[in-house]
Formats: sequence, structure tokens, C-alpha cells
Amino acid sequence: MVKRQYIPLLVTVGLFILIFITGSFRYTGFFSLQVLLNLLIDNSFLLIAAVGMTFVIVSGGIDLSVGSMIALTTMVSASLLHQGWPPIIVIPVVLMIGILFGSVMGAIIHYFEIQPFIATLAGMFLARGLCYIISINTITIDNAFYTSMAQTKIKLTGNNFISISVIIALFIVVMGVYLAHYTKFGRNTYAIGGNEQSSLLMGLPVARTKIMVFGFSGFCSSLAGIVFTFYMLSGYGLHANGMELDVIAAVVIGGTLLTGGVGYVVGTFFGVMIQGVIQTIISFEGTLSSWWTRIVIGVLLLLFILLQRLLSEHRFTKRR
Amino acid sequence: MIKHRLFWPLCVLSSLLLFNLIYSPDFFSIKMKNGHLYGSLIDILNFGSPLILVAIGMTLVIATSGIDLSVGSIVAITGAMACLSISKSTDQNGWVILLIAVGASLVLSALLGLWNGFLVARIGIQPIIATLILMVAGRGIAQLITNGQIITILSPKYQYIGSGSLLTLPVSIFIVAIMFAIASLLTRKTALGLFIESVGCKPTASRLAGVRSKTIILMVYMFCGLCAGIAGLILSSNVSSADGNNAGLWYELDAILAVVIGGTSLNGGRFNLTGTLIGALIIQTLTTTIYMVGVPPEITLVVKAVVVLAVCLIQSENFRDMLRGRRKPRSYSSKHEVKQHG
Repeated sequence: MVKRQYIPLLVTVGLFILIFITGSFRYTGFFSLQVLLNLLIDNSFLLIAAVGMTFVIVSGGIDLSVGSMIALTTMVSASLLHQGWPPIIVIPVVLMIGILFGSVMGAIIHYFEIQPFIATLAGMFLARGLCYIISINTITIDNAFYTSMAQTKIKLTGNNFISISVIIALFIVVMGVYLAHYTKFGRNTYAIGGNEQSSLLMGLPVARTKIMVFGFSGFCSSLAGIVFTFYMLSGYGLHANGMELDVIAAVVIGGTLLTGGVGYVVGTFFGVMIQGVIQTIISFEGTLSSWWTRIVIGVLLLLFILLQRLLSEHRFTKRR
Repeated sequence: MIKHRLFWPLCVLSSLLLFNLIYSPDFFSIKMKNGHLYGSLIDILNFGSPLILVAIGMTLVIATSGIDLSVGSIVAITGAMACLSISKSTDQNGWVILLIAVGASLVLSALLGLWNGFLVARIGIQPIIATLILMVAGRGIAQLITNGQIITILSPKYQYIGSGSLLTLPVSIFIVAIMFAIASLLTRKTALGLFIESVGCKPTASRLAGVRSKTIILMVYMFCGLCAGIAGLILSSNVSSADGNNAGLWYELDAILAVVIGGTSLNGGRFNLTGTLIGALIIQTLTTTIYMVGVPPEITLVVKAVVVLAVCLIQSENFRDMLRGRRKPRSYSSKHEVKQHG
């Protein structure tokens, strides 16, 4: 018998397989390893950002600054590279900016008791605004390291390949799973999301954990930004516009409760994959326009929320 | 006086206006041209009217400890709907088609609000998620209505809603005034406001006390949808076109900001419509000021971020204590406790 708490996760995985099989029957050339790998290649930045967001949402918060942080990272990287900084310095610098940005938001949220929604909204405005202060135009990147990162194809069996970004994304997913389920930090995050007051009374380091959670999310967004620069080879203030929504949707479709305390990084992985496969189907269909993606994702969100509601109904009535 | 809820918002607004007075004395001049009044102050009211409308609806939703992320999408859908129905008719300036278009769009926006309310009140989904669905799907729907294009219409009568003038003032100001008066009278002269606040504190307790909390939540979301719908009509009529992708973009965030700046707590349980009005005016004045000063518009976002943080920090008790130099261990107010078990 499957544990009740795993049902949303299984539904997500099942749905992904179902959509993929449907696509395979409908379109010739859909059922191939490369299509599956392309899902990873095209969504690696989304995946990285979503892992960080999973932790934030599990801790009972929300981070709206993800998309802007990605844009800021592309912008800072591009302008620093343009001034002749070597990538070996640029990458740590932007990662540090991400961690610092996230941690400061976390500290403000915790110490001044400001709603995560509002604090990260301010962070979102700030990061986007800083992009435009750096430049309102696109800055292209022609650095040799970045172009080689963009073009390197890692051969797998046959003619299939993945990019370096995929390796980074998969590494972050594995690290996320490890952090969530096998470390003190992960357990504290789940505890805070379950009930912050109890966690405090239990003597868990609430302040430190909260700040670390937002710091980790900031790290993930700036790493996603770096991967995004590999993908786009440019910095631009409008990059990743509205991506925070895609990220939140992926986390929710992955079975994480927005109320906090419940969720799996693996679920988020499949949440991103579902969004990717919907987009692939729409591009295979050709006639369906891109706005259908949004509508389908909206419907999926509704279904998953209803499912979770149905599953948790029992538990809630018992507790009362 | 410092304790008064409107003290800080009014301080911010007046310091913004004071800055403008010193920077460019023209700011306060209002001229009469062709029977219409012109001036920066009128512009702020005129261009700020959609935001004020959305924020009025948002205030009531937040008062029930909810939030509505879908208002931007509703703005886009309503504008698209109205422009589509007008563009389909042969006589774009006819009264009948105009009334049908406006009526149908407003009914649609109210229904969309009702849908949000249904998810929140009946199904019991957390408001931020329930409205996220329409926020994500809504822009898709708006683009579906306009078929992904920008619909342009030619109808002076429809244009009147957004850019016409009545008694020398823009029509949109009157629309805002009417909606604000309705909302204020209903919530302050009847018991409705009290009911909304009690639902925001604790829905279960209010239900046991005989308040129909679910109906109230439904109605509040419907009203919010309707307000967003009217804002959508004003916006689309102002530019005589509907853009499913960009109309009302980021309106939900600006509206929530206006509400928070106005002193309504996001925890629900109390609200302040006048504060929201001032909050929305602060945002609009800030935008106008930034344009006037000649600061690159790109910096608007940074300034906005700083203002948001400043206002939130001032309202945070812990921050004020820290400024006074007496930090205390993090305490949990009774309200916080209620939220945790809710």
C-alpha cells in the first residue's frame, strides 16, 4: 500500500508519463530519447530555480524575486565579462550576489515580520530595476568559456546528447534531495513549514534556517541565471520575465503544498518536466498557439490543487 | 497623531508633493483648455484611476485575509472581451453594441471573481493559490479572445469611458468616485464592513456567530473581479485597443502595494479604504514624479522597491523597536497564533 503522502507525487509522475505517451502516439518522431533529453536541455534553468523555490515553499514562504534574479545575473555577468573580467571570477561573484540577496530578504522577512510575499516583491522590483540601471540594452557575450559551455554537447548512446547545463541541473536536483531528506537543514525547513511556533518552542534555529532557505533560493536563482546565460549568450533586463510564475507552478504541480511543510524535490523535477512536455506537444502540434500553454498549465494547477485538497481533507478533519 | 493609521501614508504623499512643488512649481498649476482642466494633478487622478479601482476591490479581499493575484488577468480579459465585441459589429459607434459590450464584459469579470471566490470559500483553497490559477490561465484566455493580436477599435463612444471628460474633469475620476463611495458606504454605513473584518479574523468563529462567512467571501471576490473589470474597460478604452499580453501587466502587484502602503494588514481582519486610495495615489504620484524629474524610467522599479521596503519597515513593530534601540526577543502575537492553526 502506498503511503498517502506519496500520492500527489505518484500522480505527477504518472501524468508526465501519460502526457509523454499520448504525444508519442499522436506525433511521429516524438517518442525518442532526444526529445526527452531536450526537455532537460531547454528547462535546465527552470529546474535549478525550482529546486530553490521548493525549499522556500516547504518552509511556508514564497519567493517572487526568482525571475528578476535570473535577469540580474545575466546582466551582471554580461557586463563584467564585457569589461574583461575572467569567467572564473565572474561566476563566483554573481553566485555570491544571489546568496547575499536571498539572505537579506530572508533576514528582513524573519526579523521584521514582513510577509514573504511583500519582501520578495520588493526584491523583485529591486533586481529588475538594477538590471536596467546596468543597461537598458542587450549585452551580448562572446567570451570563449561561455560560448564553449553553450556549444559543448555531451554524447550519450547513439546520436543523443545533453548539454553541460543539464549536468549542473541534475546535480542541483540530487543535492536538493539530499539537503531536504538527509540533513538537519532539510528537517528544520519541513518543521518550520509545518508549524513555525512549534519549531521555535522545540529549540530549532528558526532564524538561521529561514535565512538559509532564502539564501539557498537566491543561490539557485543566480545559478539558474548563469545557466540561462549559457543558453542565451546575452544579458538583458527582460530575460526570464514572469518566470517566477512558471517556477511556482512547477513546484505546485510537483505536489508541494503552498501552505508549507509538505513537498518533494523529486516532485518539482517532474513538475518542470510536465511543463516542458506540454510546450513540446504544443510545438509539435504547430497549429495550437502558445497561449494554450498557459491555459493548460492553469488547468493542471487547478487539478493538482483539487487533488491535494481531496487528499488532505481527511487529515484535516481528523486534526480538528 | 503618529499613532493614526493614515499618518505615515499621508506623510509619504505630502513629501512627494512637496518635492514636486520645490522641483517644479508648474506641478500644481491647473489650466483650462477647451473646457477641460489640464495639469499634473488631474493626470495623476486620471492615469491612476484603474489602479485605484483595482486596489479598492483588493482591499476588501485582503480584509478577509485573502489575496487576489488574478486582477491583472481579469483586466486583460475584460478589455479583450469589450474590444472584440465592438470590433465584430458593423457600426462600432452604436449605442446597442456599446451597452452589450460593456455589460457583457462586466458580467464576465464578475463571474471570474465569483470563480475565485468559489475556489476560496466553497472548495477551501488557500487564496494565493486559488487566484494563481486564473492569473496563469487568464492571460492565455485573454490572448485566446484576441487571437494573440492587438485588437484596435474605432468607437468614440467607447473611448469616452477612458478619455472623455465630464464637467471639465476626466470621466474615469467620476467612475472611481462612484465605486469608492459605494464601497465606503456599504462597508462603513452598514454592518457589512464589520462582517468582512470578522471573517478576516476567523471565518469559523464568524460562522458560529451567525455571519454567513462563505457568502461574504464569495461576494468580496466577485466585487474585486468587477472592480478589475471596470479598470479593464477604462484602460482599453483609453488606448482604444486590447492587448491580451500586456494589458494590466503587474496590476496585481501594484494594487497589493497600494493596499499595504495604505495601512491594511495582509493578515486580514481590518481594512482602510481611504488608506488604499492614498496608497494608490502615492504609487501614481511616484511614477509621475519620476517621469517629471527626468530620471530614466528604468529606475522607477528601484525607487518603487525602496518605497515598498521603507513603508513596510516603518509599519513593522520590530523595526521601530530596533530604531529605538530596544530589541526584544521575537514574540508571537495572538494573531500570528490564530493564523498558524487556522
